[in-house]
Amino acid sequence: MDTVLGISFDGGVIVAADQTNARSILIYQHHLDKVAPLTSHSVLGCSGPNADFVNFSEYVAKNMALYEVTNDMKLSTNAQANFCRGTLAQALRKGPYQVNVLLGGWDETTGGTLYFMDYLAAMQKVNFGAQGYASNFCLSIFDKEWKANMTEEEALLVIDHCISELQERFLISQPNFMVKVVNKQGVRVVKQGADPVENS
Amino acid sequence: MSYDRAITVFSPDGHLFQVEYAMEAVRRGSTAIGVRGVDCVVLAVERRALAKLQDPRTIRKIVKVDSRCTLAFAGLTADARVLIQKARVEAQSYRLTCEDAPSMEYLARYIARTQQKYTQRGGVRPFGIATLLAGFSDDETGGKPVLYQTDPAGTHSSWKAQVIGGRNAKSLREFLEKGYEESMAETAAVKLAVQALLEVVDSGAKNMEVCVVRKNETIFMEESALDEVVKQIEVEAGDKKGTTPAVAPVV
Repeated sequence: MDTVLGISFDGGVIVAADQTNARSILIYQHHLDKVAPLTSHSVLGCSGPNADFVNFSEYVAKNMALYEVTNDMKLSTNAQANFCRGTLAQALRKGPYQVNVLLGGWDETTGGTLYFMDYLAAMQKVNFGAQGYASNFCLSIFDKEWKANMTEEEALLVIDHCISELQERFLISQPNFMVKVVNKQGVRVVKQGADPVENS
Repeated sequence: MSYDRAITVFSPDGHLFQVEYAMEAVRRGSTAIGVRGVDCVVLAVERRALAKLQDPRTIRKIVKVDSRCTLAFAGLTADARVLIQKARVEAQSYRLTCEDAPSMEYLARYIARTQQKYTQRGGVRPFGIATLLAGFSDDETGGKPVLYQTDPAGTHSSWKAQVIGGRNAKSLREFLEKGYEESMAETAAVKLAVQALLEVVDSGAKNMEVCVVRKNETIFMEESALDEVVKQIEVEAGDKKGTTPAVAPVV
């Protein structure tokens, strides 16, 4: 039911996800942030049960931090993706994480890169991707509109196009979307339907 | 060879010799000094003369445990690496479980507890290191700078200024006691730490490494900045003795 979208451009990646937290017929929240920060220059857009998403993303993020403090250097996006995939693979035949993710990051040597991973620990580096039912609606839009060396603005327009298409044609109502850009400056929230911070 | 027999056992007069020998190993290590200022903690360590062919950048005596805690040690470097890694993993593990960074006191307690465990277990020897932990306490209790020390026995305590390692630790501690003032600004704290270190190392920035832990960042002093501090201290010491350097007497 969750939607996760990702697209790479010249100098970074955009990862977007809907903000609905629901199970079965009940909506728990409208402001969940499903694009979890991993490091200063990478994010993990996750779909799946909240428990698995939180457990998995936090475990990976803390391990990234441990690596950085131990080795005094950041892990490349490729290494982070492989660590994620390894974690999924190890857990698969013990107690699998039921998450489908899009990992987007920026590093000095390769610029922006996007990795598609599913709950069976399959992984592929992609130019753009979608998780969930959204793929039925959005992959064709990405296919048509993605170009090599797009600018950030152009990529944002494509994401907007995907989101409007979903809101028009997808049966499940997803009014709020969280859109984050990862580039040389780090991670930045470009747009959010609702503020993820709890109003207590 | 059974690994269930403890190595650290009591002597008839109540000593734990292995722990005391471990403390001796600490004394053989190079000196590390910590000074707590009003808004920072300064860690200064002696950089022992290296072999000509060795790359000095690979000898790190001041390390980060996590984004908020910096550690300096004295004693066996290999033991330090193991203990520091345990502390790093614990810091991340705490964040994972509690969604919050561990306090400095928690980390000091953890490291001390680990060191104590190795004095009361079969088949292992104590860690031959003492550590100085620099950081800031939680914002609720005021966000103040704190300096903790742990030793091979497994005790931890908070200090305003402390020195570990080196043969002259005792006299250096007295030096710090004389020179320490409450609420020192960063420059004064750096100066005191470097002054104390100059008592045991040859003059020059390349024989020492100084790190300043501020509330939101930790910086390692550049050699040039450190040279300035050393020069200033020497000029003042020269003035006190009644001689002014660099002025030739006129006959």
